[in-house]
Amino acid sequence: MTPFFQGLGLPYEWAWTISTICGILLIALPVMLSVAMVIYVDRKVWAAMALRRGPNVVGPFGLLQSFADGLKVFLQETIIPAAANKGLFLIGPIVTFTVALLAWAVIPFNSGAILANINVGLLYILAISSLGVYGIVIAGWSSNSKYPFFSAMRASAQMISYEVSIGFILICVVLWAGSFNLNDIVKAQHGHGFGFINGFWCNPLLFPMWVMFLISSMAETQRAPFDLTEAESELVAGYQTEYSSMAFALFWLGEYGNVLMMCALNATLFWGGYLPPLEIPVLYLIPGWIWLILKIAFGFFVFSWVKATVPRYRYDQLMRLGWKIFLPVSLLFVFLVSGYLMATGHFA
Amino acid sequence: MTVAQIVKTWTLWEFVKAHWLTLKYFFRPKATVNYPFEKNPISPRFRGEHALRRYPNGEERCIACKLCEAVCPAQAITIEAEPRDDGSRRTTRYDIDMTKCIFCGFCQEACPVDAVVEGPNFEYATETREELLYDKAKLLANGDKWERAIAANLEADAPYR
Amino acid sequence: MIQAFAFYLFATLMIVSGAVTILARNPVHSVLWLILAFFNAAGLMVLAGAEFIAMLLIIVYVGAVAVLFLFVVMMLDIDFAELRAGFIRNAPLGVILAVVLFVELFVGILVRSAGDMAIGTAGAATAVPAGLSNTAAIGALLYTRYLFVFEAAGFILLVAMIGAIVLTHRQRSGVRGQNIAKQIARRPEEATINLQPEVGKGVSL
Repeated sequence: MTPFFQGLGLPYEWAWTISTICGILLIALPVMLSVAMVIYVDRKVWAAMALRRGPNVVGPFGLLQSFADGLKVFLQETIIPAAANKGLFLIGPIVTFTVALLAWAVIPFNSGAILANINVGLLYILAISSLGVYGIVIAGWSSNSKYPFFSAMRASAQMISYEVSIGFILICVVLWAGSFNLNDIVKAQHGHGFGFINGFWCNPLLFPMWVMFLISSMAETQRAPFDLTEAESELVAGYQTEYSSMAFALFWLGEYGNVLMMCALNATLFWGGYLPPLEIPVLYLIPGWIWLILKIAFGFFVFSWVKATVPRYRYDQLMRLGWKIFLPVSLLFVFLVSGYLMATGHFA
Repeated sequence: MTVAQIVKTWTLWEFVKAHWLTLKYFFRPKATVNYPFEKNPISPRFRGEHALRRYPNGEERCIACKLCEAVCPAQAITIEAEPRDDGSRRTTRYDIDMTKCIFCGFCQEACPVDAVVEGPNFEYATETREELLYDKAKLLANGDKWERAIAANLEADAPYR
Repeated sequence: MIQAFAFYLFATLMIVSGAVTILARNPVHSVLWLILAFFNAAGLMVLAGAEFIAMLLIIVYVGAVAVLFLFVVMMLDIDFAELRAGFIRNAPLGVILAVVLFVELFVGILVRSAGDMAIGTAGAATAVPAGLSNTAAIGALLYTRYLFVFEAAGFILLVAMIGAIVLTHRQRSGVRGQNIAKQIARRPEEATINLQPEVGKGVSL
């Protein structure tokens, strides 16, 4: 977009600044809108699998339910507990929300259509996702209340545990793609399976990694089977207990923003990103960003599906899964993948 | 541990099976009633919002015997009575605190003249608590509003009493 | 212009947050300011063209180390009066340390301005070839020239990890742990028995 603004007679730096801001808005606003829709979809899918109807009153098919909820939350009173640490109490939700939007900067929406085409894109995503825990920890501590505090402890331990295995899984993908750049990773998946299937998931060595990535990303975003940080039967509402009004809404948006981010990452790393799922020339008529959105939507459906199916883990089981199963298995696969690549002379 | 079990564990077979089950249910028709637009039929004995009935000539039925007040386990009913100008015994005050009421139906069982009844209406949510403290005028208005439904219900239930 | 603006923004914020880290009364606030300082340091590294190191700084220090700091500090129940009580007594030691550090810094700057040292500077052999990305350049150095040091560092960390486990791991008796594999392997046939006891006889298991 920079050349376009330069064409309007602006100097390069101004053109760059304006085009970057436009790019940010082009990504952030649709993401915000899709977070609202995705909350609706989540509730609908969850309801349908329980043979219920879900929201169906506000707007056609209840499509405007999230906006009605948003309005309700917006009109609520913001309550800050007297014993809370006020500054941090308000920073917590803002951090969660901001971090959920930051990582979108490096997701390629089409060949070359990427806000920040940096060499270390995947590392950037890892760095950003490791920040997500701070919003929760700050919120839990500054609430000055027992259940939020327990929740903050759980959140930090859980996210650190699963980040380790996610890191190893991503290393497998990076080894195969030979780059940290997400655009290059998507390109490396072109015709990966028999020259016909676009995506790393069809690779027998990477398929188990994909399954583990899916499970780890649920733990990382604290979704259904691993939502121990807000386990209502144990911790009231976890770190959100003391929050109301917009601060609560920011947590809600941030949480779903993170889930969407993980779906986007899953689509980019394993399902071929903006490439069509199969190598058929007709499918290339559909633009790449539509393929990416379809893949993200299906990924989110899987998240909702799991939420509707699996009961919540116990905390020690969660830790056992992370450290005793995922960590050794992912380490083994790093070994296998790098061994295979060395043996076949992948990079020769 | 048999080989079959090991294979089942590492292929996450039980998760796959569970997700297949929920996916099948995803496409099934919904079991719930679309409430504000569809409603389940309710029994003639349904105990909903209270009402004070009148005779067909417009005279109120209640004779202020206070049996309902006495039987009410939640002590939600308050009655004050005085002889009216024509000498008949009538209530000057008949209040039901709907926030106390437990909808046991004892009041309508106790009533000798079928004056106080629990009607079929259950959609009377209010914005304030005060609106749930029903007085005599409100109860009589309820009776007038729901008389046809209440009479039909009483008639349908009569053979079993 | 944007680079200069970003540099001064990051540098100022880093100095300020570094100062507040040691001035803040609440240790949790200190850790949070420290995290902000890490962030700005990462920003400066990106400006210097070392994006790999910048990301690693955030992943390792912000994502893991600072979380552990926060984890510990959050659970502390600190009596601030007691903390301040020892200030006067320890002040001379602190002043001495500060002076030593400052002198070292000063000497370091003097030596650096006097001319390049032989050790630790980018010679011709280690200069980053043009067109090679940051990550690849670091990898190429780590796995060739500094392979031994790299592996040794890995071994030291491994030893530290094993040492920590050995020191903290205790074999406790009488703990009823959960063996999930055993639980899953259990079949109805071995878990239940079907008996038809006569009336009044009862069942002995």
